[in-house]
Amino acid sequence: MNFDFSDDQKLLKDQANKFLQDKCDLTVVRRILDGDELYEADVWKGIVEMGWTGTAIPEEYGGIGLGHLELCMIAEELGRSLAPVPFSSSVYLATEALLIAASEDQKQKYLPALAAGEMIGTLALNEGTQAATPRTIKASYSGGKISGTKLPVPDGDIANFAVVAVKTGSGSDEGAISLAVVDLTGEGVTRTPVTTLDPTRNLSNITFDNAPAELVGAEGSGWSTIRQVLDRAAVLTAFEQVGGADAALNTAKEYALGRYAFGRPIASFQAIKHKLADMYIKNELARSNSYYGAWALSTNAPDLPAAAAGARIAATDAFNFAAKENIQTHGGMGFTWEFDCHLFYRRAKLLSVSLGSALSWKDKLVSELEKRNAA
Amino acid sequence: MDFEDTPEEAEFRAQVRDWLDKNAPRYPLGTRPNMDQSKAWQAVKAKAGYAAITWPREYGGMGGKSMQNVIYGQEESQYNLPGALFIIGIGMALPTIMVHGRPDQKERYIQKGLYGEEIWCQLFSEPGAGSDLGGIRTRAEKDGDEWVVNGQKIWTSGAHYSDLGILVTRSDPTVAKHKGLTFFIVDMKTPGITVKRIKQISGESHFNEVFFENVRIPDENRLGAVGDGWKVALTVLMNERSAVGSIGVSVGTEELIDLARETELIDGPALNNMAVRERIADWHIQSQGLKYTRFRSLTALSRGETPGPENSISKAVSAPRRQDLAGFAAELMDMGGIIRDPDLVPFAAGFQDNWLSSPGMRIAGGTDEVMRNIISERVLKMPGEIRVDKDLPFNELPTGAG
Repeated sequence: MNFDFSDDQKLLKDQANKFLQDKCDLTVVRRILDGDELYEADVWKGIVEMGWTGTAIPEEYGGIGLGHLELCMIAEELGRSLAPVPFSSSVYLATEALLIAASEDQKQKYLPALAAGEMIGTLALNEGTQAATPRTIKASYSGGKISGTKLPVPDGDIANFAVVAVKTGSGSDEGAISLAVVDLTGEGVTRTPVTTLDPTRNLSNITFDNAPAELVGAEGSGWSTIRQVLDRAAVLTAFEQVGGADAALNTAKEYALGRYAFGRPIASFQAIKHKLADMYIKNELARSNSYYGAWALSTNAPDLPAAAAGARIAATDAFNFAAKENIQTHGGMGFTWEFDCHLFYRRAKLLSVSLGSALSWKDKLVSELEKRNAA
Repeated sequence: MDFEDTPEEAEFRAQVRDWLDKNAPRYPLGTRPNMDQSKAWQAVKAKAGYAAITWPREYGGMGGKSMQNVIYGQEESQYNLPGALFIIGIGMALPTIMVHGRPDQKERYIQKGLYGEEIWCQLFSEPGAGSDLGGIRTRAEKDGDEWVVNGQKIWTSGAHYSDLGILVTRSDPTVAKHKGLTFFIVDMKTPGITVKRIKQISGESHFNEVFFENVRIPDENRLGAVGDGWKVALTVLMNERSAVGSIGVSVGTEELIDLARETELIDGPALNNMAVRERIADWHIQSQGLKYTRFRSLTALSRGETPGPENSISKAVSAPRRQDLAGFAAELMDMGGIIRDPDLVPFAAGFQDNWLSSPGMRIAGGTDEVMRNIISERVLKMPGEIRVDKDLPFNELPTGAG
């Protein structure tokens, strides 16, 4: 039994942890929260210099050719630090979509630039306040141009290009959906930052009006690619959530140990101890499910859809719970702007609804289990 | 990252498989081997070293690694073999004697227990002292070379067929609660001991009450010094945690999916109902989470390291999960869910049985609340309870008895 990351992978995690502690503590996150910058450019530069953006990109495309297990380690630390950078959009979404579906020419054009940080990409999927499904995607593609609105697009005001889910067929089934890559700085693209629950990350409202675009993968194969990208991104995002949940638990614990009431630290009251024990329980369940997701992702196992859903559900539950109960543990100061609790609360909600909500992943998980039971 | 044995583990597994194939009796599945069969199999195992793989060789063990113990357990579980009778002896009583016993006590008890010739029980909990074990009241008074014991124990598994027990008593009520305890080995046939079965809400009887009325125990049966009983008890409890395994295989999410597929709600099969699907998903990730948490601990064992604290979540998750899942399955059956006749409800009333047995699981071996205290204090390093009874003489503590 060797159900653990290797020493090299853990070393990478330690390095990531040290870099982010040094360059990206919560005062940095706050600067993005309170200011006009869309992301923290210096931290991003450091991330690119260390090669994290090319972690899972093969060497022939300018990456460093490690694997997804290494990416999981980086993701956990990014999640712990709440880093305000477009890493997940560019690396888990755009890069993975291109790795799965792009033509050789497209790979040559985009992947080396993504690895080198010369380009930042994203995936434009949702169109308003409902899940993205083959029925709800209305943006259309024909004759090398796309039109429609994508809202919200993660890091859409930062990215140079987006892989966009578009309608190419007349029906409402999966075969009607394709992917197209669009230059977000080019003609026919209007983008506006959106006010959200988590201002430490950029989300954009993008309108395409006959914007030049190029299909990624065969026409009608878009939904199948999206499903694969979401499974991969779900595992990586789960690691971000595990990191965030762990940080929220530690914050709550430190506060409870130092805060005295009724002549004793509030950490000595069972009401607080059991609350934090519940956080620990959920965090460990999330971590273990995420490890299994990491294994399935790194080996491209047939069980990846179920493993990804399991990681996603458990990690979403853990981070949401830890973030809200961290505020509760802090009492009155917990809901002030001054204290950092709300940074975790905001990020937990962002990660919770990104890639589809827990409800949709639960539905998907049970569909996978049904197949297994029938087999 | 993989789920494979190391080369040494694979070799040990092959050796175990071969040995079991040659030596294990084939009792049909669903039957329960009797006591003679249990003792005979224990002796065969002990002779080959498999009865106590991690014990040192000087005590008849194999001097093996924890991972080898796990591998043996995995392979043995492929057969229907007895072993439950000896868990308390080999897992708790005898390792405690190894630590605290005199040479003559080790000589007298360890070998016989290992070979299954003597069966042990553990006489700890009392009606007034469960989670708060240090509050036991069973009295031991010195009389010449003997001790006279009066009081009552409860929740004693196997007391009705055990030969010997490990017993913690209060020898001095005038000092603080953890300081006045003394530990004994007691012959369960001693006059004055009465064993009474406890019937649980499930209808089963796993436990007993044990009454002591002027039971005379020779001083040579004392384990450890007078007043040192708490220290000895802690050794037992530490071994209890490593001996108590995960809750056995039973009806779970797979069966719930089958049930939901076959069960009609007003708008079609229950399995198509999102409320049902959400619950199935939640319980599935809990069981998966525990499975892979166990794998993380096994990985540490496999490397010869001490597992981290992650497995401490196991009981706090699995027991309430079983209760909630079983209760939900019964609800799915609508009014029929109340039926416990195995011929009339799906899975031979497995969900109904679980619903009745799960309240006990949330309590035995550490309540949900005690497990959370353990996690918060030992794992998260939060402060212990403020103990109002810590320094007071035991006989001056408030008891609630008026």
